[in-house]
Amino acid sequence: MSVAPAPGQAAPRPRYRLRRALGEAASVALGLVLLIWSLLPVYNMLLIALDPEEGETEFAGLIWPPEPSLESFRVVLVGGYWFIEHFWHKFGNSLYLGLMTMVLTLLIGSLASFALGRTRLSRLRWLASAPLFTYAIPASFLVIPFHRVMHVYGLTDNLWAVIAADVTFAVPYAILIFQQYAKLIPIELDEAARVDGGSLAQVYLRIYLPLMAPALAAVGTFALLYAWSEYIYQYLLLSSERNMTVAVAIAQFFDADEAPWNYMMATAIVYSLPPIAIFYALRRTMTAGLTFGGVGK
Amino acid sequence: MPIPQALAAGSIAVSRPGPPRWRLPLPGSELAWAIAFVIPYAAVFLAFVVYPVAYGLSLARDPSLYVDLVSDPLYARTVINTLLFVALGVNVKMFLALLVSGFFMRRRWWIRALLVVYILPWALPSVPAFVSFHWMLIGEYGFLDSLLSALFGIEGPIWFNDRWLALGADVVSYIWKWLPFWTLVFLAGRMAIPREIYDAADVDGATGPRRFLHVVYPLLANMYLVCTLLSTLWTIGDFTTVSLVSGGAPARSSEVLATLGIHYAFDVGVPSLGVAAVLSALPVLIPVAAILMRRLQMREVQL
Repeated sequence: MSVAPAPGQAAPRPRYRLRRALGEAASVALGLVLLIWSLLPVYNMLLIALDPEEGETEFAGLIWPPEPSLESFRVVLVGGYWFIEHFWHKFGNSLYLGLMTMVLTLLIGSLASFALGRTRLSRLRWLASAPLFTYAIPASFLVIPFHRVMHVYGLTDNLWAVIAADVTFAVPYAILIFQQYAKLIPIELDEAARVDGGSLAQVYLRIYLPLMAPALAAVGTFALLYAWSEYIYQYLLLSSERNMTVAVAIAQFFDADEAPWNYMMATAIVYSLPPIAIFYALRRTMTAGLTFGGVGK
Repeated sequence: MPIPQALAAGSIAVSRPGPPRWRLPLPGSELAWAIAFVIPYAAVFLAFVVYPVAYGLSLARDPSLYVDLVSDPLYARTVINTLLFVALGVNVKMFLALLVSGFFMRRRWWIRALLVVYILPWALPSVPAFVSFHWMLIGEYGFLDSLLSALFGIEGPIWFNDRWLALGADVVSYIWKWLPFWTLVFLAGRMAIPREIYDAADVDGATGPRRFLHVVYPLLANMYLVCTLLSTLWTIGDFTTVSLVSGGAPARSSEVLATLGIHYAFDVGVPSLGVAAVLSALPVLIPVAAILMRRLQMREVQL
């Protein structure tokens, strides 16, 4: 059957093409907006940090650094200004805090999730969700009594007080993730090991931990980044120069009336580099490790 | 990116058999081992959650504290600020995240590359991020005002001289920091929707906004609710944003409950008043947390 295209029917094709082109243009525009939105504050950090002298760029209404210089980064790295004296010591404190939080979160979280998910305790289903009650109390609300309780424990101005707080808030999340991930490991493996005479501790060490490696990597990274990014407990629980972390040092600049902002921004950038590097380096592994069930297909 | 995946999995993944059950006779020592495994966490929970919470409650049990609070005009202003901060900071962010996650579903090389840049705010620790926002908006020559005058010849406002502008700056900074995270959560959720459903919708002629309204949204609705509740809990407790971006300026008029509680407890030096201030959020916190727990416990599939 031959159909002569009516004049009205020829139109849809170009209109369709036009709509496609418009759609493409809209998505490019949206992409540009998102790009600027994401980078503007980051650019602002660089702008101030690259300024060789305090107070030139940021108060002169300039939107690019007139004489970009890495001087402020040099000052930060050698600890050449009194707020950032012993920069590497404070950096070490931050790192210690992060690593301890990571190790303890993994240890305590994996032990608890193993017991709650794969032993007779798993029959008490409410027990498994009890840790999540922690999240009904915001960390910033708990910090006031927490601060006083630390006096009772003799942990005043002590990094371990902050580690305790970070572990407290990281472990419920760890348990949640471990429980989700452990569902992918057949319980028959445990049973077989038990039949062969393995104790529960051996099942945990030889079967549970090795098979949970991807989840452990992901949660460990989360705990590390969480401790690195957490601010209020470090700010309120640490006071001496010896126990101070980089995050608190940056906030110290803030409280001062006259401080070289370029040094502050350089410190902030140096402090941001390790988590960003870890984040981007592990992005794919972590995603692959945690695409439960249907996700990602 | 563990959290988005897990959240997506929590509310969308196909249901699995319930908790495993031992089919074998068990040695009597098993229960002892299991309890030993839980002890470290139980100790942490008792020492660092139960005890401080009980201590806080005992600090703030005096009813006269609440009379003091209500009679303080600063408190009333702070409650309004907190409501606005949470309502806007949660809902605008979640809605934008849901829309933007659709954009990142497009299969173009440059959109994938953009995603790498787009998640930068999440990767950035909060202190540097909010310090940068503070500096971008400060005074007459902050970067944003400089940019406005250089590009458009507009003289920008002095952001921290006005309560609503300052609070708005807090909300925008907060959204900036957490938008990528929630976008990834929804992206994971959208990717969990089987391709066939999209294809079927295509055949039926549902594309663009109609596909979003009739296909994507109903499938993600449960997840959207869970994420909104979770985000509400986190936002009510957010201290860092307001503390570093506006710092409560001008004259403590842009404080939220979290910063006001800390101010009472550590600057004014009356911890009981600080605890009372944050405890007054409990009538909102508890129902939200309760609904969230119920939703998380319901493991059945929504797909």
